[in-house]
Amino acid sequence: MSTTRHVDPTRRQQAVAAWVLALPFVALFLVFTAGPVLASLGMSFTDIRSTDMRSPFAVGFVGLENYTQLLGDDLFRKVALNTAFYVVLGVPLTMGVALAVAVGVNRVTRFAGFFRVGYYLPVVTSIVAVAVVWKFLYRERGGLFNTVLSWVGVEGPGWLDSTTLALPAVVVMSAWRNLGFLMVIFLAGLQTIPTEMKEAAEIDGATAWQKFRYITLPMLRPTLLFGAVITGIGYLQFFEEAFVMTSGGPLDATRSVTFFTYDQFTFGNYGYAAAASYLLFLAVVLLTVIQFKVFGEKD
Amino acid sequence: MSHKTTEPAPLDPVDIETQETEPAAGRASSYASAPGWLYAVLGGGLFLMIVPFIWMVLTSVKPEGEARRVPPTWWPETFTLENYETLFVKLDFPTYFINSVIVASAVTIGNVLFGAMLGYALAKLQFPGKRVVFALVLATLMIPGVVTFVPLFILVTNMGLTNTLTGMWLPFLSAPFGVFLMRQYIIGLPDELIQAARVDGAGELRIFFSVIMPLCGPALATVGILTFLGSWNNFLWPLVVATSEDKYTLPVALALYAIGQNATQYGLLLAGAVVVVIPIIAVFLALQRYIMQGIAMTGIK
Repeated sequence: MSTTRHVDPTRRQQAVAAWVLALPFVALFLVFTAGPVLASLGMSFTDIRSTDMRSPFAVGFVGLENYTQLLGDDLFRKVALNTAFYVVLGVPLTMGVALAVAVGVNRVTRFAGFFRVGYYLPVVTSIVAVAVVWKFLYRERGGLFNTVLSWVGVEGPGWLDSTTLALPAVVVMSAWRNLGFLMVIFLAGLQTIPTEMKEAAEIDGATAWQKFRYITLPMLRPTLLFGAVITGIGYLQFFEEAFVMTSGGPLDATRSVTFFTYDQFTFGNYGYAAAASYLLFLAVVLLTVIQFKVFGEKD
Repeated sequence: MSHKTTEPAPLDPVDIETQETEPAAGRASSYASAPGWLYAVLGGGLFLMIVPFIWMVLTSVKPEGEARRVPPTWWPETFTLENYETLFVKLDFPTYFINSVIVASAVTIGNVLFGAMLGYALAKLQFPGKRVVFALVLATLMIPGVVTFVPLFILVTNMGLTNTLTGMWLPFLSAPFGVFLMRQYIIGLPDELIQAARVDGAGELRIFFSVIMPLCGPALATVGILTFLGSWNNFLWPLVVATSEDKYTLPVALALYAIGQNATQYGLLLAGAVVVVIPIIAVFLALQRYIMQGIAMTGIK
């Protein structure tokens, strides 16, 4: 890049052109992304409500009150636990299945492109639409799951009507919808592993499992971590699935932090909603910090 | 994949896989061919991935009585398009569809154009503030959408844009993802191209539009498709901005029908899901190599 300076005597011209090119994005970005990010933080320290809409700067400063109130709010604690459960169950499940599929697809010589497209298909579809479909798949009577279970004589429960089963059921749908994304990432990672390494291990008499455990997994480590963090960040924000399938129920069993924030917003509690969203942001940052730590260690 | 070369041809996933498997098949015996059971397992898994969509389509063409039968029929006994007729004639799905197309198109055009412009500036030009801009864009890559939506709603309300399509697309023309991907792609284009154009006396902006842009086809396509998909499926923001039915996008309409008074009309709702999902699946199948390439590019830096 810097070599261009010898050819181009007018660096100023270049800087002007660069800013002309950058300006539309930067201006929109400041107004609609960076500004609101900061405004949201500011609002989380105030008692702003929907009635303050026209005069958002004439509101009372309440310090950390929204945050302390959130931490003592039983419903917020519940939705935070639900969200954590969703991440803790969903990330390993999605990663595990995606890795198995990626290793398999990487191994086949025919139909690999076909498999890749097929497994990826749910990723491009609307969460709302697939949630509608899965809501009916999970139906107690006449749903596809319980119909299949009835073939082996099992009477399936009303998956989404149970306070214990509803959240895992939504997690399973998310794993189904998202594993194709991770599969593509893992496949790209797998293809950077030189075949020579596996051949050398084979000559040394390594079994398939040993090759996977001592070559594939360590070589794939940065890719796996990247996938885990991306998936974790996505799952931390789950909302549409519960909105459509269960409306957050039964008894708030599937209500998430984003759902809670949306609820508070619709109640008009803007300051409280902003504080809840910042606590979610904090969780995302923690995950990202972990990512950078691990990536830093690797390089 | 930071070392992208000049060739504008996209990295076809099929190419990658033949590259990978051919030499292996020739050499090591255990790589010669995958065992049959692996195809069976992958095929079974594939069936599980696809079966909800098949079931969705099949149920959407059953009359309501058959759609709710226990145990359910698999293949429709009576084939009917009445659910689609209800969606498009009695309900206002044509409007929702057009709204979705308008919003997703506007968001896509903005992100592709502005993302490429800034991506090029960050990749190939020297300017004061460059590092700050890049850091700013990077820093917001991970921010959950829910963090901005309350202030954004106040802003859009005060701009008089609630319950307008403009209010739905205007705040989303500048997603960091497009910049990131364009910068990564353009950085791989040779500097000599730009230098040669400068020697020929081309202005800086002209270089971008007539030299760089034509070489960015695959990256532009990737950003465009992924942005379009994301916007088409976007839910929370249009849900908040649209207050009257004539401004609903497809996912908003479908979700509100699914939890509202139509919640028990299975055939109708699944037909609605078909209308939301099938266009996007068609786009995906037609252009999947750009999508795969884009995902792989974001994955391995």
